[in-house]
Amino acid sequence: MEDKVVIAKRVALELKDGNLVNLGIGLPTLVPQFLPRETEVYFQSENGIIGMAQVPGKGMEDPSLTDAGGGYVGAIPGAASIDSAMSFGLIRGGHLDITVLGGLEVDEQGQLANWIVPGKMVPGMGGAMDLVSGAKRVIVSMTHTAKGKSKILKKCTLPLTSVRRVSLIVTELAVIEPTEQGLVLKEVAPGVTVEQVVAATEAKLIVPANVPVMPIEEAKIGRAAAN
Amino acid sequence: MQNKAISCTRAVEMIPDGASLMIGGFMGVGSPHRIIDELVRQGRKNLTVICNDTGKPGWGIGKLVDAKLIRKLVASHIGLNPEMGRQMIAGEAEVTLVPQGTLAERIRAGGCGLGGVLTPTGFGTLVAEGKQTLQVEGKMFLIEPPLRADFALVAAHRSDYRGNLEYSLTARNFNMVMAMAADTVIAEPEHIVPVGMITPDAVATPFPVVDYLIERGQAAYGR
Repeated sequence: MEDKVVIAKRVALELKDGNLVNLGIGLPTLVPQFLPRETEVYFQSENGIIGMAQVPGKGMEDPSLTDAGGGYVGAIPGAASIDSAMSFGLIRGGHLDITVLGGLEVDEQGQLANWIVPGKMVPGMGGAMDLVSGAKRVIVSMTHTAKGKSKILKKCTLPLTSVRRVSLIVTELAVIEPTEQGLVLKEVAPGVTVEQVVAATEAKLIVPANVPVMPIEEAKIGRAAAN
Repeated sequence: MQNKAISCTRAVEMIPDGASLMIGGFMGVGSPHRIIDELVRQGRKNLTVICNDTGKPGWGIGKLVDAKLIRKLVASHIGLNPEMGRQMIAGEAEVTLVPQGTLAERIRAGGCGLGGVLTPTGFGTLVAEGKQTLQVEGKMFLIEPPLRADFALVAAHRSDYRGNLEYSLTARNFNMVMAMAADTVIAEPEHIVPVGMITPDAVATPFPVVDYLIERGQAAYGR
């Protein structure tokens, strides 16, 4: 299984029926295709729509209906269009159940850095700081390492996105839950050992006696897209 | 009843070099494209632009970036416009990055007569540098000042000749808050319809805040 697919499948298991969810650009956008068939999730796009879906068909794009990257999308029946103040009111106000974002670094305190590499890459934070500060649950979906180096560190070296502790980290190797005590190894990916995860992680991991394998093989997937 | 519709050329002639502009849109969706083209054609310089993002090169607000008309930028995201990044790093343009939700609320505060916003967003990060904080009911907040501009350039789906605006889907974005937060508000609707066609419940921006409408180009109708 491709790394990205492992991550997207595992994140999909976190989305529950009826959740209002915001997906960041990149890897998180792969999640909907792996949602269990019976799960109905509502996607918010911060540029102004609740109930984002795929474009209904070729040639049926609406130039006024796009995702946060400017790509054409569709909307489910019953979708709602909102302005930016309302959109971020939902995000900060505790109305958004889950945000799934990419990450550059996460540390032992569960703090995320994902918006700037000073002097090199300054894209801007967009909605990331509001999403991490305000969503009920923050799920970081990212590759475990970059160029062989751990992205899960003792202390973030890059500027933080928020001081808030994220809820869950999902990588192609493991599921890790930041807690007050530190980072707890919750699951390993199929075919990956606890030792491999520990070796690939700079941060100290709390390893329980029993670490189950991600239940992604048996997950009932296959719906083209929930959205 | 006053007819607020004027030509795009005349609208842009009102905007002097060095003006501060709020420009609606999100990656060019819901941006006033005809006004942007006319700003480039008339070559307005040293602009301060407050907007969500700088679009892409050759698209949306990216056209103002290409023409190097922006001296100061306040935005939440420039990542999809490498030319903006280049101008920032080269010191040709001064860029202030603001979290998207904070940007929306600062503009809303500016338009609604509020002295600023208390937000948890950015607390403890680079964004908080040099800013006051306040503890309210045990939670920490940043004090973010209101934002206003000389002109708001907004796009709408429809307007009537009074200036009531109706938006479409994700083209709404920042246009609603910006239409409240500038000394002069110029709206570029896709269609101008007779007064009464937009029902009161469908009006998202009420007419008193809109000063001018960009009239429909006759060229589009072959006359």
